Amino acid sequence: MRSVSLGGVSRWALAIVFALATGALVGCSSDSGDANSVPDTPAVEVSQVICASTTSTQDSGLFDVLVPAFQEAYPEYALKVVAVGTGEALTMGENKDADVLLVHAKTSEEEFVASGFGIERKDVMYNDFVIVGPADDPADVGAATSASDALKAIMDNGGTFYSRGDDSGTNKKELALWAAAGVESPEGDWYQATGQGMGDTLKIASEKQSYTLTDRATFLNLRDALDIGITFEGSDDLFNQYGVIVVTDATNMEGAQAFSDWITGSDGQAVIETYGIEKFGEPLFVPNAQ
Amino acid sequence: MDWSIYTDALVEGVELLASGAADIWIIIETSFRVSGAATLVALGLGVPLGVLLGTRRFAGRRLALIAANTGMGLPPVAVGLVVAMGLSRRGPFGELGLLYTNNAMVIAQVLIALPLVVAFTAASVAAVPRQLRLQARSLGASRFRELVLVVGEARMGVAAAVAAGFGAIISEVGAVQMVGGNIAGDTRVMTTAIVQFTRMGRYGQALGLALMLLGMIAIVNAVLVIGQTSAERYEGRR
Repeated sequence: MRSVSLGGVSRWALAIVFALATGALVGCSSDSGDANSVPDTPAVEVSQVICASTTSTQDSGLFDVLVPAFQEAYPEYALKVVAVGTGEALTMGENKDADVLLVHAKTSEEEFVASGFGIERKDVMYNDFVIVGPADDPADVGAATSASDALKAIMDNGGTFYSRGDDSGTNKKELALWAAAGVESPEGDWYQATGQGMGDTLKIASEKQSYTLTDRATFLNLRDALDIGITFEGSDDLFNQYGVIVVTDATNMEGAQAFSDWITGSDGQAVIETYGIEKFGEPLFVPNAQ
Repeated sequence: MDWSIYTDALVEGVELLASGAADIWIIIETSFRVSGAATLVALGLGVPLGVLLGTRRFAGRRLALIAANTGMGLPPVAVGLVVAMGLSRRGPFGELGLLYTNNAMVIAQVLIALPLVVAFTAASVAAVPRQLRLQARSLGASRFRELVLVVGEARMGVAAAVAAGFGAIISEVGAVQMVGGNIAGDTRVMTTAIVQFTRMGRYGQALGLALMLLGMIAIVNAVLVIGQTSAERYEGRR
């Protein structure tokens, strides 16, 4: 009886072991094959271009139109977008984990290029920031004349402010506004840092009926899921400039350069100019490449 | 109370899945392929290691068992961070160019699942009576044959290892975000997509994927349970 069960068990187990071995190999090798899933262009060797950008850019939905448009113009490149915070995007560039960057923290970007990590930085487009908060505006932010005044009003009039606190472009912008308001490091119970992306921070601010600084695009995208509205907008200090940087000695230098040239050229700029009109009734970004 | 936030999202999510929109099914397929491959690799490495730990007596065995059990509590984000740093172009394995690929996600998930497979296997083979192995050897079975016999006897535990390993890695979000990058149509898996869609306020898509994720784990467990119980019936008849 024992020998019978031995035979049965071992056949069963051998089949499993065999399935494991072959399955693992198939599973792994099929990955590399699928990686460049670009439609039928067998004649062209497709190489991937890694673009590091920010979660707020990704969440605006802009890449959903930029990626296919670039693909059509340059079928030889597969553009892959990794969305992180601006700080991490710049680190990815320093480590050569990205070929090209599309970010929005001009001072940091210029430092990045000056340190030799990037070849050149070009303006691409801008959008603007808005200060959002509860509909009844308890801190009377709407009466302010500039964004830094508006932030100061939140602090002085008993409002609560949620900061990204994640070293992102938006976070850097916010800290610059506080500095302009004469507040070097805002702290206290009224000032909270989420350490999360723009969408999460907006949700938290909404749930807590508090104020936060956001780019307009992300706010418009999320508007239906939020219970806060724009309390201050339109001043000069709320301008948000995006730049594109080709990383020095990038793995795919040609692809990175092609993307930089395309997005600052007439075709890419045209895609940016029209994005958002259909869905929000207004464009989310204003192209301004030189 | 207003429950429409759930019902609206549920309807939207189910419609989306039923519509067969390509991008959502690519996400689901990527999840299954990556976590499936990682589970298989973790089994291929972990079952022999677990058998070794569960049946052999050697110096440092206790230490190895402690390591495997501690590894079960390994924070996935920590694994993700270490793998991401290693695969970065500036890291020791940078030349492989693996960061932000499916293979990078498989590597991270293997490291997360491996301790589970080793520990589960070790515990279940340790419960197989020692006399059985000795008898098999005395009847002339080779070491390999003995291993096969022990794993066969402990198959309930090994099946539990499959379910635990697969369930852990397919629901994991931190590590795959870091090493995969959530690239649309490429490394975007169900968990990272759920986080992104939630951030974007697209609750329908997020909830639809969450249901699919739950369904997938349920199917894997169902297959394992059915396999186990039908094996029980077979043995009962004999």
